[in-house]
Amino acid sequence: MRELKLMKGNEAIAEAAIRYGVDGYFGYPITPQSEVMETLMAMRPWETTGMVVLQAESEVASINMLYGGAGSGKRVMTSSSSPGISLMQEGISYIAGAELPCVIVNVVRGGPGLGTIQPSQSDYFQAVKGGGHGDYKLIVLAPSSVQEMVDFVGLAFDLAFKYRNPAMILSDGVIGQMMEKVEFDEYKPRWTREEIIAKNPWAATGKPPTRERNIITSLHLQAVDQEKQNIKLQAKYKEIQEKEVRYETYLCDDAEYLIVAFGSSARISKKSVEIAREKGIKVGLLRPITLFPFPYKEIGAYTDQVKGILTVEMNAGQMVEDVRLAVEGKVKVEHYGRMGGMISSPDEVENALEELIIGG
Amino acid sequence: MGKVRGAIVVDTERCKGCGLCVVACPTDTIVLADEVNGKGYHYAKMGNPEACNGCTNCAMVCPDSCITVYRLKPEKSK
Amino acid sequence: MIDIKDIVKPENLVFKKSRVLTDNPMHYCPGCSHGVVHNLIAEIIEEMDIQDNVIGVAPVGCSVLAYNYIDIDWHEAAHGRAPALATGIKRLMPEKFVFTYQGDGDLAAIGTAETIHACNRGENITIVFINNGIYGMTGGQMAPTTLEGMVASTCPSGREHARDGYPIKITELLAQLPGTCYVTRQAVHTAGSVRKTKKALRKAFENQTRNRGTSIVEVVSTCNSGWKMSPVKANDWMVENMFPFYPLGDLKDE
Repeated sequence: MRELKLMKGNEAIAEAAIRYGVDGYFGYPITPQSEVMETLMAMRPWETTGMVVLQAESEVASINMLYGGAGSGKRVMTSSSSPGISLMQEGISYIAGAELPCVIVNVVRGGPGLGTIQPSQSDYFQAVKGGGHGDYKLIVLAPSSVQEMVDFVGLAFDLAFKYRNPAMILSDGVIGQMMEKVEFDEYKPRWTREEIIAKNPWAATGKPPTRERNIITSLHLQAVDQEKQNIKLQAKYKEIQEKEVRYETYLCDDAEYLIVAFGSSARISKKSVEIAREKGIKVGLLRPITLFPFPYKEIGAYTDQVKGILTVEMNAGQMVEDVRLAVEGKVKVEHYGRMGGMISSPDEVENALEELIIGG
Repeated sequence: MGKVRGAIVVDTERCKGCGLCVVACPTDTIVLADEVNGKGYHYAKMGNPEACNGCTNCAMVCPDSCITVYRLKPEKSK
Repeated sequence: MIDIKDIVKPENLVFKKSRVLTDNPMHYCPGCSHGVVHNLIAEIIEEMDIQDNVIGVAPVGCSVLAYNYIDIDWHEAAHGRAPALATGIKRLMPEKFVFTYQGDGDLAAIGTAETIHACNRGENITIVFINNGIYGMTGGQMAPTTLEGMVASTCPSGREHARDGYPIKITELLAQLPGTCYVTRQAVHTAGSVRKTKKALRKAFENQTRNRGTSIVEVVSTCNSGWKMSPVKANDWMVENMFPFYPLGDLKDE
């Protein structure tokens, strides 16, 4: 039986982590997501599930504590917001290169630079195209409700361990700070030492006589080996792209126009769809849940049916490029979005649909 | 009791001819060979085997752990 | 006359390479102190019988390939981040022995914050700190511990504090943190100093069973190719120049 609560997104992520059986959280304060660590510290999971919670001296240290924990086969996570996530990029690239599972929550705020503490979605490129060095991908999940903040903790870990790859929950200040009803699963026990060694034979848990030493590394000095590693990573990303796309549609079956939006922009756009429908405009909403793997094929399929697509994202236009890739020029694609932490109203989005797509 | 006798065996292919064992040896047993190993290093060897008392100084300072040391257990005085 | 063959017999064996060292030839330059410290760590792991219970964290630097030489489980850290990895590993697996192996640039330049804060939290780990006053792997650049007047490729006319700042005595800094329980500075240029360093490393590892905080063993070392000296001369130069500024001995032992 799931337990019903009323909570902020940030708080819900903390409780979800404990209930899921996460082994360790390493983080650093930054608005608008400090509640994640505050909640964890208040709940003292080290006394109940044995979960380690530690405040580090920086996001650079946090991500590298994660790297150590992940290399030990444990379920570890961190959370931060845009500037902090930028500091983590090197560590994330190492974690992806060493093929380690872990979960990184980004509660995005307005940028660039110190920016603002208001919500934004301007870290899309960084999350999806890779903000660190080298060819790598993060599995990126975009929650648009406090319930999805909870559900995606488990989903992110499952996918991370299934593919031995870091996963990111790309949220934003709206969903992090907003309170909503949320249902929780029961507590799952943390993995025992034996389970970890059985499930993750690659982990550095101390070399018994029965196996070669395990080396957690992203270093392959010989180029021929480094290329082999890259080929292996690309095959993994291809498999993820083929098997793990998740998205949701709303009133798309008879749609003549489409809005594509994720996270809190999707919530706003759902209202815009209803406003437009009242005016007789047949528009639907497609909400990508996985930003990598992006639903290219699924969006592309609508080009036979719709005359234009508006992407709505709180940034200067980032996901719009992926939608254009999906559409391959067959139909008009435009972007609408406020920047710098401003949040558009449903009417603004509906007007943009009319001006940029229908009228244009 | 007679002088303690020792001997060293050098992994001549692993040795890089750094010479640290030569200066560490208290009895000037070790020299760098005129010949070179597969990598072109003048490897270490016992130049004066009788002087070795098996004290292991050379082996301890060797950065590449090339030296194995033997020491003859001193005979009960015959 | 006793024949060598009579001496070289298994029963007369008194010293051989630790079995925890692999047979991989080490890439270190001839005479480099790294190799000596590697063997000491391997010997200690063998003697404490913790090969299946120890995890090493290797840095970026000359010892980036340490995992090819010591046959234990390893993590490869990003430059400067080893103490953070070690924190994560030790907090999540407190029953394991965890140590970092870092150079002076790794520990006292880019990784200063991670080093200080791991020690300030008193992480129950061992930090092995190789201080040769130069960035070896990248070809001999100035390091945070490069002495005043010492030549390196990025201070070719010698370090000048007006431009380059002063060499940092990081170990003295760390000794002042309540989180550290054992802080010592050793060397491996003579057999006697090697014995002392082994004793220090052994204590630093065994401290992890007493859970009394962080142990740091700094090994003042040479860098023959970086200093552009022969290994023997480098040892002499180290004694003459490095030891006065980085005096050997225990700074803290609680």
